[in-house]
Amino acid sequence: MPLLVDKHRPRSLEALHYHEGLSQRLKALANSGDFPHLLIYGPSGAGKKTRIVATLKELYGPGAEKIRIDSRIFTTTSNRKIEFNIVSSNYHLEITPSDVGTYDRVVIQSLLKETAQTQQVDTSAKQRFKVVVINEAEHLSRDAQAALRRTMEKYSPNLRLILVANSTANIIPPIKSRTLLVRVSAPTEGEIEGILKYTAGLEGLEYREALGRRIAKDSGRNLRKALLMLEAVYAQNEIVKDDTPIPPPDYEALISQIADEVLAEHTPARIMQVRSKFYDLLTHCIPATVILKLLTFRLIEKCDDALKADVIKWSAFYEHRLHSGSKVIFHLEAFVAKFMRILEGYLMGMVDF
Amino acid sequence: MSFFDLKARRAAAATAAKDAVPSTSAKDTTRTVPWVEKYRPKSLSDVTAQDHTITVLKRTLQSSNLPHMLFYGPPGTGKTSTVLALAKELYGPDLMKSRVLELNASDERGISIVRDKIKNFARTSVSNATTSQSSAYPCPPYKIIILDEADSMTQDAQSALRRTMETYSKITRFCLICNYVTRIIDPLASRCSKFRFKPLDAGSAEERLREICEKEGVRCEDGVIEELIKVAEGDLRRAITYLQSAAKLHNPNGITIEGDQQEDEGDRMDVDDAGQGSEVVTVRSIQEIAGVVPDDVVEQLLKACEPKKGRSVYTEVAKIVEDMVADGWNAGQILVQLYNILVYDDVVTADQKNEIVLLFSEVDKRLADGSDEHLQILDLALRISAVLAK
Repeated sequence: MPLLVDKHRPRSLEALHYHEGLSQRLKALANSGDFPHLLIYGPSGAGKKTRIVATLKELYGPGAEKIRIDSRIFTTTSNRKIEFNIVSSNYHLEITPSDVGTYDRVVIQSLLKETAQTQQVDTSAKQRFKVVVINEAEHLSRDAQAALRRTMEKYSPNLRLILVANSTANIIPPIKSRTLLVRVSAPTEGEIEGILKYTAGLEGLEYREALGRRIAKDSGRNLRKALLMLEAVYAQNEIVKDDTPIPPPDYEALISQIADEVLAEHTPARIMQVRSKFYDLLTHCIPATVILKLLTFRLIEKCDDALKADVIKWSAFYEHRLHSGSKVIFHLEAFVAKFMRILEGYLMGMVDF
Repeated sequence: MSFFDLKARRAAAATAAKDAVPSTSAKDTTRTVPWVEKYRPKSLSDVTAQDHTITVLKRTLQSSNLPHMLFYGPPGTGKTSTVLALAKELYGPDLMKSRVLELNASDERGISIVRDKIKNFARTSVSNATTSQSSAYPCPPYKIIILDEADSMTQDAQSALRRTMETYSKITRFCLICNYVTRIIDPLASRCSKFRFKPLDAGSAEERLREICEKEGVRCEDGVIEELIKVAEGDLRRAITYLQSAAKLHNPNGITIEGDQQEDEGDRMDVDDAGQGSEVVTVRSIQEIAGVVPDDVVEQLLKACEPKKGRSVYTEVAKIVEDMVADGWNAGQILVQLYNILVYDDVVTADQKNEIVLLFSEVDKRLADGSDEHLQILDLALRISAVLAK
């Protein structure tokens, strides 16, 4: 059985629930016959992908929904073979170049050129160009982005790009100046409530206003998460009441537990205990940034106002270290140690730490 | 018509193609060409606001002796346009194909390419220009190799160029184009005469944008052009792209004025609450396209950062930062806008500014390294608040 998120994902621009203005614009652009390169950015769970799929449908009709997965092999300049998965329909390709790490430039160059140099095979297609959707564009290496620059201009009759990114910080200015930037902001809590209610209605679930409000608040304006939470609540409880507890995802529960332990005792022995939990999280592929961020906010909730700025400062510091270092566990532990130090120092009445 | 009658079919296909091709292709090219390409300067005198470079180049045109050239400057100042215009004036459209080799970062440009492709092209002797060509254009007896975005070439590839440039200098001229002259290795830079392209001044950029607006029939609200120049920061290409995007958003079906368009407009007005404004480009839409955070959001954050007596600023700041991140505003952009406000704020003392600028540099570095935007912006805001409280 598919998840609610996938089952009720809107498939056309008309069916989208919020950001009506944006949907109108995308629709107008898709119908104008002069579709620009797009750079779509926004936080996760805001509906970027949903909008892209809907736009593709608007561009090409239902044919764009028939997708298949191909595996292709590219050869790098040093004769290394890399395998790369491409999701494609007759009209568009979808790639995640960051999968291949530093070799993304090779993939971008060969794949885009190949696509751009062939015309649309299907002569009855609505558009003459093909669309290439590039996921996680913010993780593209500088080289790959530089390779995109001229390609975007040179092959514009046959090729349109849609770049998807969580933030535009790592996208080089020449790319930004060649694309139409589209910001998809996260839905507000009110909008999430509306969608939860609507989805519950479709599923024939008994919707509770207060519960919906709590889910919307806990989701952090992430619609995907909100829907998953809704589904979890209804799956785990026979009768859902206003005050039914919302089961947090396992990793969040574990992180809360870590936070409590750290707050309770400030000793090296406790760091050792916490370490095994960190390893547990890491081996389950929870990104270190997520762990650190959640842990920080859990700790912040429970410590004194005077400490908050400092905790954030060090959290930001170690979060940066996560990215420049290679072994994440060191930095997670260092943060915990630092936090204990700050807290202990504060409790002992020391000013300088 | 019989299916097997090949001749008849071929004839039919040919006539069909003849009928079909001109109409569609003509329409398509006008429609899909980005304005940046459409309004690329056609000749050297069309290039805006790079007077010094252009006069020097024009003089070399007359003497038809060209040095190796290195063009550098920020994006969107007309480097590529200049060299293309120069090549066109030297050779004319026909000869350009055989005399000019353009390579950019999207082409493979490792050391092997330098050794093979560039060297081979550099080595081939120059074909003689026909009399018709040489009467219209100078057609000097050398070829040009344009290496666009040369700063993304590897050091090795650059050093492989060194000797090539000298050996074939009689029949080949190189033109390197880059944003950062420091990324070009010294031996290469010293072989070229350098031309700096400066960011466009507001006056000439405005003139160019107004001209495009007029030709494309884009109607703008007051202040749109000024806003475009402001957000583009001297990058004319960016300004033009933004203008085109904005024009598309407001008037997606192209600028056809008469006929059936009229009915469409009626429909659009109902759905688009901008109503009448849907035809006029607004300042807000330019900001939205450029990803500029609305001023009031930034001011709200700054206000929250101001020290309060007796209580912590944390809760308020955290809430606003969370909303900003959820709204998808770009952290880099927030940084720039906060910076612009704080640095020019007279209430903040010079000492405080010193500290704040340090904070900005640190956070900017972290963001460039790919750190989490939420934590970094929150950290920045809290630390600014701490500095302001001093």
